[in-house]
Amino acid sequence: MDVLVENLGLYWRGVLTTLQISLYSGIGALVLGTIMAGFRVSPVPPLRAVGAGWVTAVRNTPLSVVLFMIAFGLPEIAINAPFFWFGVTGLALYTSAFVCEALRSGINSVSTGQAEAARAIGLTFGQTLGEVVLPQAFRTVVPPLGNVFIAMIKNSAIVGAVGVGGDLYSVGVQLTGSLGEAAIPVLIGVALGYLVLTIPAGLLLGYLERKVAIAR
Amino acid sequence: MTDTPMIRMASVDKHFGDLHVLRDINLEVAAGQVVVVLGPSGSGKSTLCRTINRLEPIDSGTIEVDGKALPAEGKALAGLRADVGMVFQSFNLFAHKTILENVTLGPVKVRRNSKGDAEKAGLALLERVGITNQRDKYPAQLSGGQQQRAAIARALAMKPKVMLFDEPTSALDPEMVQEVLDVMVTLAKEGMTMLVVTHEMGFARRAANRVVFMADGEIVEDAVPEEFFTSPRTDRAKDFLGKILTH
Repeated sequence: MDVLVENLGLYWRGVLTTLQISLYSGIGALVLGTIMAGFRVSPVPPLRAVGAGWVTAVRNTPLSVVLFMIAFGLPEIAINAPFFWFGVTGLALYTSAFVCEALRSGINSVSTGQAEAARAIGLTFGQTLGEVVLPQAFRTVVPPLGNVFIAMIKNSAIVGAVGVGGDLYSVGVQLTGSLGEAAIPVLIGVALGYLVLTIPAGLLLGYLERKVAIAR
Repeated sequence: MTDTPMIRMASVDKHFGDLHVLRDINLEVAAGQVVVVLGPSGSGKSTLCRTINRLEPIDSGTIEVDGKALPAEGKALAGLRADVGMVFQSFNLFAHKTILENVTLGPVKVRRNSKGDAEKAGLALLERVGITNQRDKYPAQLSGGQQQRAAIARALAMKPKVMLFDEPTSALDPEMVQEVLDVMVTLAKEGMTMLVVTHEMGFARRAANRVVFMADGEIVEDAVPEEFFTSPRTDRAKDFLGKILTH
């Protein structure tokens, strides 16, 4: 297991890169997923269709395919960026479909009377969603949303695999490949690196869940 | 009293699938009038109430509030709803907001009042319905009667032209019915235009200008309370009154 100690710096940089990918993707996925969830419950049929189409298309496509389509497709239409941002974009788009569905389950858990009361005092659809429904929906969606984000942290390995260097997965490849270290100890290190991220994420979610839980 | 009725429904029809819930409804409520809608369950009285602010869209006919036809879904409809107060059977207070926040949300977000002004007006309303001391509690911490009074205050905070009550006391424990009715009677005496779906005959006698009796989606009778209770014209009304007045 010396490989762990000797390469601690490398592993640590891997953890930080994976954290960066996850943070940016997570924020992107939360924003886009919330918008799509709003579409899916909106009173406007075309918007509902866009939301449903998005979820169907993205959720049913393997992440690696999404990533390759972005990495090879965007330069075709003259959009160029560092590969890191292609990776982040792909992971955010992919995860947004799952965020959308988790949020929608939460929206459906809020009684229709809440939205009716909001509409009855003259709030618009957007205000009803933002002021009344979503704040209550977030309470029920913390556990399923947590699943989505922890899965996303691990999915960042695929972002590494398709070419974003320096993340935890890439560190493993580098150590076992070009540096010729034994696979199992290296991979144990990689797994521990992901735990460094996912266990605090789980604790944070537990804290959030207690914090937003109010009697209804 | 002005010539334009506050609420006007003409030839309104609505179906829920095969069920014809509203049949050719024609109803006018003049400004300042209190109309009580009675009828057996399933007669369409709640649906009628909910069509007036378009929580239930109608199939055909017209509905006007203060001379303006109900707009389709969108900003204009939201604007109209702001002028039409609604009180629900199950209160529907915003569960994640305190009582005071419930009362100030509409004035701040819809009327664009400042938070300070909205709170001042909100506290005055809570005072009026007698729950000032509950201002910082969440709805689940209040009794049903207190919640419903808060819901009335929330509706009044929008300074509505007309108030709709959809069975406001049906979900309450018996000992809490009176405190809610008292608030409603006061409101009626102050000249608020009200349409009240209820089973409370006492309220109908004390505060209503008119009683509308519905059965099977139709308005069967439309009379002053005394006349309706003492000499109903139709068998269906007699049957209904017989059942509820003898228990």
